[in-house]
Amino acid sequence: MNSDHLLDRVDQPAGTAGAKPRRRRRLEDVGTPVMLLLQAAVGVAFLALWQLLSGRVVSEFLISTPLAILGRLWGWIVTGSIFPHLWATVEATLLGFAIGSVLGVFGGVWLGLSPFLSRLFNPYIWAFNALPKVALAPLFILWLGLGIGSKVALAAALVVFLVFVNTFAGVREVDNDLVDVLRLMKATRRQILAKVVLPSATSWIFTGLKTALPYALIGTIMGEMIASSRGLGYLIQRSGSEFDTAGVFAALTVIAALAVVFNEAVNLVQSRLEGWKVVSR
Amino acid sequence: MIELQDIGKTFSKGAQTFRAVQNVNVRVDPQSVVAFIGPSGCGKSTLLNMIAGLYPPSEGRVRYNGRTVGDVNTDVGYMTQKDNLLPWRTVLDNVALPLELAGWPPAKRYDAARAMLAHVGLDGFEQKFSSELSGGMRKRVCLARMLLHGPQVLLLDEPFAALDPQLRIAMHDLLLKLWAENRQTIILVTHDLMEAITLADRIVVFSKRPARVAFEGVVDLPRPRDVDSIRFTSRFHEIYTAFWERLRQEYDEVTP
Repeated sequence: MNSDHLLDRVDQPAGTAGAKPRRRRRLEDVGTPVMLLLQAAVGVAFLALWQLLSGRVVSEFLISTPLAILGRLWGWIVTGSIFPHLWATVEATLLGFAIGSVLGVFGGVWLGLSPFLSRLFNPYIWAFNALPKVALAPLFILWLGLGIGSKVALAAALVVFLVFVNTFAGVREVDNDLVDVLRLMKATRRQILAKVVLPSATSWIFTGLKTALPYALIGTIMGEMIASSRGLGYLIQRSGSEFDTAGVFAALTVIAALAVVFNEAVNLVQSRLEGWKVVSR
Repeated sequence: MIELQDIGKTFSKGAQTFRAVQNVNVRVDPQSVVAFIGPSGCGKSTLLNMIAGLYPPSEGRVRYNGRTVGDVNTDVGYMTQKDNLLPWRTVLDNVALPLELAGWPPAKRYDAARAMLAHVGLDGFEQKFSSELSGGMRKRVCLARMLLHGPQVLLLDEPFAALDPQLRIAMHDLLLKLWAENRQTIILVTHDLMEAITLADRIVVFSKRPARVAFEGVVDLPRPRDVDSIRFTSRFHEIYTAFWERLRQEYDEVTP
């Protein structure tokens, strides 16, 4: 997966992919290797400019320098002090993501199959969605304490709705003719769910999961910043309060790298699971 | 035996209601092939859906082998213009689906599915996805899947309408061959009088919406029929002309 076009990153259910970008403008025809070089050049130029301006135009205290940040990162890696934090964040993110996803898929399928229940719960679901989830943090801390529990809960709270909405839409989109075909073949409700509803909702569910994974990370980091003694969020919080700008930036870099890794992992799983869609394109 | 007794069906969309079917009485004998002809949107498909038990009639009742159809009628195989194959499954897995639902072990059901695919002329395509097949091949897959389910009744709702004439004739040939082996009851909905005469023993003509039986007639062409040549026989021509004359009168009456 490369990022030739920013549009590639926009999440859409497979099959509804947007129109092809308009052709015949020279810059758009640049090949992938050249584009990679250009992308690297932009990054290097930005870092060089940053290095140059820092301490001369803008105070180093405010923006640190790329070299200092690199040094800090290197130090963390060599001493190994970054790893417990990294692990704490990864663990909480994945747990929150898993819990939120399961609840979201389950709820989406359940309500998607029942028009009555979905109408019944509709106002409450949207009210919950409108709620800024950070505001729930004090409650989670009250209920689950300062450890991993409250972080996981916050991440799950962010994830659950995104997965729910997509699953729900996917289940609603299922072709009723296919369901009828199976009913005529004596399929039970469970068989219809397993063999038609879930497979045809897969690409929607994945869109939900893909959208939700960065939010799981956001939820975890927020939780760590509010109340925690471990994790990348805590690291940012601590570096900030120690006026350690390089530390803040270094932690941000790690978080960004983590987000990229998560995203690529989901892409990989999705392309494995949906071989038939690739064929039909 | 399928009996439609005083069938009426009314659909409501918001505040609007419209009658799709009114006062229909039709009997279909076992092992016979009956064609339903009528203008598009007149409610023929509605009748098939009610025979399949996918939804109930508003008035009257559908009797199947002496029982009133209340729930989904799992004795029927249903085929429409749309293919309704599961796009995430291979041809083999699509065809084996009815056996999979019935709980057959994989080896057994794949053997049966392979044999059936060969029977409809699709060997070698087991691992393809439906999106990789042509329209005619997809019809063959649908037929194979439907036959593995082993239905007593085939409801065919313009199944070949989207195919080009050449392929349609090939499918007629296949359908007659399969029917000769299993002798299911077939109800075929079509616009195409040629198709109806080629395949059916009896043709029921419906009026414009709401569908009522306008008239029926018998097709007394001998079986087995050779789909390639039967169109050119004089008897075919007589039947065609007779039906065509009645059809013209019928629809002239409705739209002066």
